[in-house]
Formats: sequence, structure tokens, C-alpha cells
Amino acid sequence: MPASARRRTRRPGPVVTILAALGLALLVLPLLGLLLRAPWGELPRLLASTEVLQALGLSLLTASLSTLASLVLGIPLAVLLAHSVAWSVVPRRLLRAVITIPMVLPPVVGGIALLLLLGRRGVLGQWLAEVGVTLPFTTGAVVIAQTFVAMPFLVFAVEGALRSADRRSELAAASLGASRAQVFRLVTLPLVAPGIGAGAVLCFTRALGEFGATITFAGSFPGVTRTLPIASYLAMNSDPDTAIALALLLLAVSLAVLLALRDRWLPGVVR
Amino acid sequence: MSLLEIDLVVPRDAFDVVARLEVPSGRALALVGPNGSGKSTVLGAIAGLVAATGTLRLDGRDLAGLPAESRGIGLVFQDLLLFPHLSVRDNVAFPARVRGSARAAARAAADPWLDRFDLRDLADRHPGALSGGQAQRVALARALASQPAVLVLDEPMTSLDVEIRDEVRADLARDIRAFDGPTIVVSHDVADAALADEVAVLERGRIVQRGTLAQLAAAPATPWVRRFTR
Repeated sequence: MPASARRRTRRPGPVVTILAALGLALLVLPLLGLLLRAPWGELPRLLASTEVLQALGLSLLTASLSTLASLVLGIPLAVLLAHSVAWSVVPRRLLRAVITIPMVLPPVVGGIALLLLLGRRGVLGQWLAEVGVTLPFTTGAVVIAQTFVAMPFLVFAVEGALRSADRRSELAAASLGASRAQVFRLVTLPLVAPGIGAGAVLCFTRALGEFGATITFAGSFPGVTRTLPIASYLAMNSDPDTAIALALLLLAVSLAVLLALRDRWLPGVVR
Repeated sequence: MSLLEIDLVVPRDAFDVVARLEVPSGRALALVGPNGSGKSTVLGAIAGLVAATGTLRLDGRDLAGLPAESRGIGLVFQDLLLFPHLSVRDNVAFPARVRGSARAAARAAADPWLDRFDLRDLADRHPGALSGGQAQRVALARALASQPAVLVLDEPMTSLDVEIRDEVRADLARDIRAFDGPTIVVSHDVADAALADEVAVLERGRIVQRGTLAQLAAAPATPWVRRFTR
């Protein structure tokens, strides 16, 4: 920041400072409370319980699968979205809005919508039921719910990378003799790889924390659809210590992701 | 002795760009003209990066139907377009890589070019860490490493600081003389036009005059040519 701009920024007044402190407290104190209240001595035993390990394993499996699904479906969608700048206004904005919806929609609504589409009496679900495929309340349903909620994060991250990568690098590559496949592999992909990586990590964390759409569309069957957040919520009534242990586990994963992302992919966000 | 015969039309909103030019191998043609006259469009059409109708013959063989990667046109872009994610060595090795060489073999193939353009010490740097003059040498080395039949330079001096242009231009003159195919240099600067054996002037998509710089100066066909050669 140039010195003149810095001088013009006035020191915040007392009202701003107090409100900012309250805001910060609201963000930090709950996590601090979690750490203070955590049954540290009991933690190894709690974390080693079948219930916790089952939920952890299921969460890691489903979040990985939905990240994979988001990569397979989301990268082409990002390419389409980046290309849509050449479209006319209405379809361009429509596409962007449709991809944004799951990010602003309450996840429970997403879960209900998925149930109405893919449930046994759903629009597509009836057809699937006829060929013997039942999705709701299966591990597959967890993956679908997580993908629905998390994929947009990946799409926008990759789209941003595609847009900032100079498309003319691809022209330069072609003029040097690179085929379309070589241009993609040797130029486009490496240029957007950081965006894909960042998108995949955001997508994974969002999938890992998914609760509302999952419990609505997939329910809460231990070992099948009971992921970490759901197990943690349910344990809160019966076994608070286990709930806290599960919550700590989720917090640890989130912090690990934040640290991993710090320098490589989100310099502007974290620094 | 080969000959590049350009007969291309690029339709555009304001005016079509019509280019009819021949350049023999070992000779350099400067394509000059005011901003927006269509110079870069002509280059894009020659390189196969801009859709055009017509023919582009090299030794009688029409290249116009070929995609950019099969034309053998070595293009140095105005802003160079070095690959930011690759080192200098890998930028120069890129043409060998896409011809099917393994990474190590492609790097070995790049070495003579790195030597020739005095880039050995910079080989492991990335384009972001190069000066303008260095980046320009990398771009030229990369284009020549693709063993092009035709060399095309788009505004070769605009990415450079004014102080070093004369020096780089002298090097470029030497490199153009060393290249045995036809060369086309696009510029709006008369000093760059002096790199070429002949000058063609493009205004509003049409070639309005051709000749040596001296001929253009002696009998300028348009006010722009008069100002250009003055």
C-alpha cells in the first residue's frame, strides 16, 4: 500500500473496535470452548471406539468419492462456464446461477430436492427402482448429497484458474507444433493445476462437513450413511464426550487443510 | 530455394484484411502499417491461429488447410507468450517434446539453442525471472527450435526497454540472416523495417505499397508511408 493511502486510512473508532472484538469473539470463543471442554485424557479411548472409527472411515471414503466425482464432472463444467463468456447474456447468467444455487441453498433443501428426484417415488427414482436401483439411505446417496453441495466450490475455483491462465499460451503451444491433446496436457493442465488443487481441497472439506443434505437424503445408518458430522450431532444427546471427540476430529482435519492451503493455493485469502 | 506465397483474406467487421505477398527463402519482408490496419491478423492467418480463406503456399504446397501445429510456421508473439510454468530450458525444449521426444531427450535437443542464444546460465530460471531482452532471446530460441520453415516475428521490439532495443535489433538482424527460410517481421517502427530486405505497407486491410525502404521514402504512396519513412 502506498504511504499516502495508508495515511488516509483512519484508526478505527471505539464503536468499531468493540464490535469487531465481539465479532472476533463469536468466531473464536466457541472453538476455544471446545478445546477447553475436551476430555483430553479420555480422547485416545473415545477416538478408538468402533462408532468413531466407523464414522471417520465413512466420512473419508465418501468425501474422497464426492471430490473425485466433482473433479470428473466439475472440471468440464468449469471449462463450459469459462467458455460461456462468449454466449449471450441470458444463458450465460443462467448457467452461473444454476451452479451457484447449491452454495446459497440451505443444504436441507438440497436433501429434500434430491429425495424428490431420486427417492423411490421420485421423478427419476421410480425408473431406477424398476431396474432395481435404490439410492436413498445408501452410501451412494451420501456421495450424491455431498457432491451436490460441494462441487460448485470446485467449479468456481477451476473456472477462475482457467480464466486467469493466458489462453494465448495455448496458441503459442499450437504454433510450436503441439496437438490439441498435447496443448491440454503440457500447457493448459499445468497452468490450471493450482486452481484444480485448491478447488479439490475446498470441495473435500465442504463434503466432509456436509450434514443437512446428507441426513435428509441418506439418513443416519451407522457404517452406511452416518458420517462424522451426523455421528457427532447424534452423540451430543447420549454421549457428549464422544460428540466432542468427533467434533475435535473434524476441527483437526479442517485446520490441517487450512495449513496445507496456506501458501500454495490461497495466498490472498490466508496472508 | 523455396518461396512463400501468401494469398489470404480474413473477413472482419470493419473491413476485410487482404494479404497477397511473396517472400523467397533467405529473405525478410517487413509488414508495416498503422495500428489496427490488420498486421497481426495477417500473421495470425499465416500461422493458422485466425480463420482465413485463400491459399498459403510454401514451395507450391498449400498450408492453408492445415491446423496451426502442422504448418511449420515459427511465430514469435508480440508479448512472447513464454510458458510461465516451464523453465527456460523446458520452454526451448517444448518443440522437441511435442514432436515426441522424452523429457531428457528434448532437453538435450534444446542445449544447442540455449548455447546459441547465450541462455545456458538462465536455463533453470522461469520466465517471470527474466529481463525483457532475455525473454526475447528465449522466445526466438523456442521458435527456431521448432525448426520452422517460415519465421514470423510480431512487433519484436515492443516488449523491450527502449535503451536495449538497438542492441537486440542488431542480434535479431544476425539471426534473421542466419535463418534460411522466408522471414516476416511485423512492426510499426521504421527501425524494425530496416531488418528486412523489403517492406510491405498495410492500411485498412489492404497492401498499399511494396518496395525497399529507400523506394518507399522516395515515392511514398500514402501520407502514412511518408510519415513512416521520414
